[in-house]
Amino acid sequence: MSTAAEREAVTSAVGAAPDRDWVIVTRGIKREYDMGGEIIRALRGVDIAVKRNEYVAIMGPSGSGKSTLMNIVGCLDTPNAGEYWLNGQLVSAMQDDALARVRNKEIGFVFQTFNLLPRATALANVELPLVYAGVPAAERKRRATEALEKVQLGQRMHHKPNELSGGQRQRVAIARALVNDPSILLADEPTGNLDSQTSEEIMRVFEHLANTGQTVIMVTHEPDIAAHARRVVVLRDGTMASDETQAQFVARLGIHAPQL
Amino acid sequence: MPFLEAVRLALQTIRVQKLKSFFTLTGVMIGVMFLIAVVSIVEGMADYVENDFAVSIIGTNTFTVRRYPNFQDVSDEEWRRLQRRPRLYAPAAAVVREALPSATYRTAMVNESFLPAAVPGLRPRSVQAVATEASYFDIKDYEIAQGRAFNAQEVALGAKVLVVGSEVASYYYAGLDPIGRELRVTGIPYTIIGVIEAQGSVFGFSLDRLAVAPITSPLSRALRPRGDVEEVVVQAPTREAILDGQEIVRGALRAFRGLSPGEEDDFSIASSDAALSFLDELKGKLVLFGTALPAIGLIVGALVIMNIMLVAVAERTREIGIRKALGARRRDIIAQFLVEASTLSILGAMIGAGLGIGLAQLIAAVTPLPASVAPWSLVAALVVGAGVGITAGIYPASRAARLDPITALRQE
Ligand SMILES: Nc1ncnc2c1ncn2[C@@H]1O[C@H](COP(=O)(O)OP(=O)(O)OP(=O)(O)O)[C@@H](O)[C@H]1O
Ligand SMILES: [Mg+2]
Repeated sequence: MSTAAEREAVTSAVGAAPDRDWVIVTRGIKREYDMGGEIIRALRGVDIAVKRNEYVAIMGPSGSGKSTLMNIVGCLDTPNAGEYWLNGQLVSAMQDDALARVRNKEIGFVFQTFNLLPRATALANVELPLVYAGVPAAERKRRATEALEKVQLGQRMHHKPNELSGGQRQRVAIARALVNDPSILLADEPTGNLDSQTSEEIMRVFEHLANTGQTVIMVTHEPDIAAHARRVVVLRDGTMASDETQAQFVARLGIHAPQL
Repeated sequence: MPFLEAVRLALQTIRVQKLKSFFTLTGVMIGVMFLIAVVSIVEGMADYVENDFAVSIIGTNTFTVRRYPNFQDVSDEEWRRLQRRPRLYAPAAAVVREALPSATYRTAMVNESFLPAAVPGLRPRSVQAVATEASYFDIKDYEIAQGRAFNAQEVALGAKVLVVGSEVASYYYAGLDPIGRELRVTGIPYTIIGVIEAQGSVFGFSLDRLAVAPITSPLSRALRPRGDVEEVVVQAPTREAILDGQEIVRGALRAFRGLSPGEEDDFSIASSDAALSFLDELKGKLVLFGTALPAIGLIVGALVIMNIMLVAVAERTREIGIRKALGARRRDIIAQFLVEASTLSILGAMIGAGLGIGLAQLIAAVTPLPASVAPWSLVAALVVGAGVGITAGIYPASRAARLDPITALRQE
């Protein structure tokens, strides 16, 4: 787990490649939208640093820039200004094809709305990242099956998304995010469309992943969900408002760290 | 992404998106079908005009020497001037014949018009009466189906013999051997000595209603009471030799008529070449027209396909977003759509080609229009049809592939 001082040091060393312990380092990330003359400043200079094996929750009011930040960290979007280093690579300077490769190899993204291909089976959906990685068909099938078994969906491999429950769909999406062994798992409100019981199921999956060394960042509105993470970052108006440990966070909110 | 993967993916999409696939396929198919059918008919007509029509009506590599030009619109004043030209008589025709090398050029005096012909007990009918020389049959390339043509001796004697077209033979002597029998033309009896092989018809005009007699027979007077010659037909050995022949004839006739260098010709030399080049032009127009129509069809088809593809891509933008989010590069997306569009377009073009050939054959069978499938039109239709489909499929996909994954994902 990183300390505040370490994070301060690594995010202020502008232009320098961070060492390999740091999976994510952003320095002064800005993202603006031009809405017909009116400029919306979604991110106004965010410095965030995440070490390997950290489990971070990002909170904040609606419109504070959580999704915008996650999309940039997930290389789905590019910042207008600032540096973004992923595993020591300056991603913010990369072009289209290089970014596609980074998304394919380094990032597993879980969306609130699942984003599964509706006409493809669970297995085919999980195979997709391997297709674009150029993995041969037989190995693809083996690895996708393995990933689905890890999220307890071994029995549902040949079902299409509309034949699965919300929680099952999200587990397919998690299997797909993990099948390429990404350096980081990103989840934007992964439980936002799920009831509380199903949400707890998903949280158990995340907990297990974090315990086995997977670096995880997730966005959530709910303090109960955020309380699962070892570290909680709060955004407000496109800047970082606080960065606490799990203990500090639960103490401040007067809730209990969840027992799983 | 490996190529096979793109093929697999495309086939899968085609199977899943049946309606869209069907429209693309049909669009290309119809365009190609009409292109081939129309070009086949036009080519068939052009072939026909060139090989049958031109040869049977005009003769191969021929030109004619006449008093004044045939088929021409002239003013009254011009007409009066032409009327002052001297008539063409046998001596002038002899000058034409003797001026040309006899080994390579053929000549024949020809008088020709429709005249009534009769046998007792049958209603008279008009026949295409021709008074000419023996060389006429060679110039026209007529095969004699029965009996024989008349010879130079019969021409010299002015024998009252006739070589008739097959329709004339079958009308007057149905079921009988016409050879040696009599046919009266303008009341004068002639003996039929030969029947010309059936020539068929051109645009509904029968070529088999001929009755050919020696130019020295009374038929000639019946056709031209003043005893002059309507035209001298000259056949050159090659198309290129037509011009040489015309110059020789012009020089000889001018000398014969005693024209001084400043005077203009008092006769006309009309080339079948002129008619042929007119036919070439006609053929060019036919092909152009026959190509433009289906081309327009194909362009409209392309726009339709492009539109379908645009809609499909808009619907599939989310899919493109998901694929890009998971690591698909721009070229992976394009490959996927390219294979998809090519498969549909090539399939459509091939089915269209088959249907087009069938349609051409069908039209040829049930209508008097001839059809011949030109290989170039097959190639062109396949290339254009497939090209159109592929372009229409690729353009919208390449546009969508340029989007940021997040922009594509946000699309509903
Ligand atoms: N594509 C866009 N075009 C214009 N403005 C946008 C776009 N995406 C986000 N914004 C704006 O940027 C700001 C941050 O949006 P963002 O989606 O990051 O917020 P959020 O913290 O994820 O909110 P929520 O909790 O509701 O998901 C908002 O004001 C939003 O309106
Ligand atoms: Mg959001």
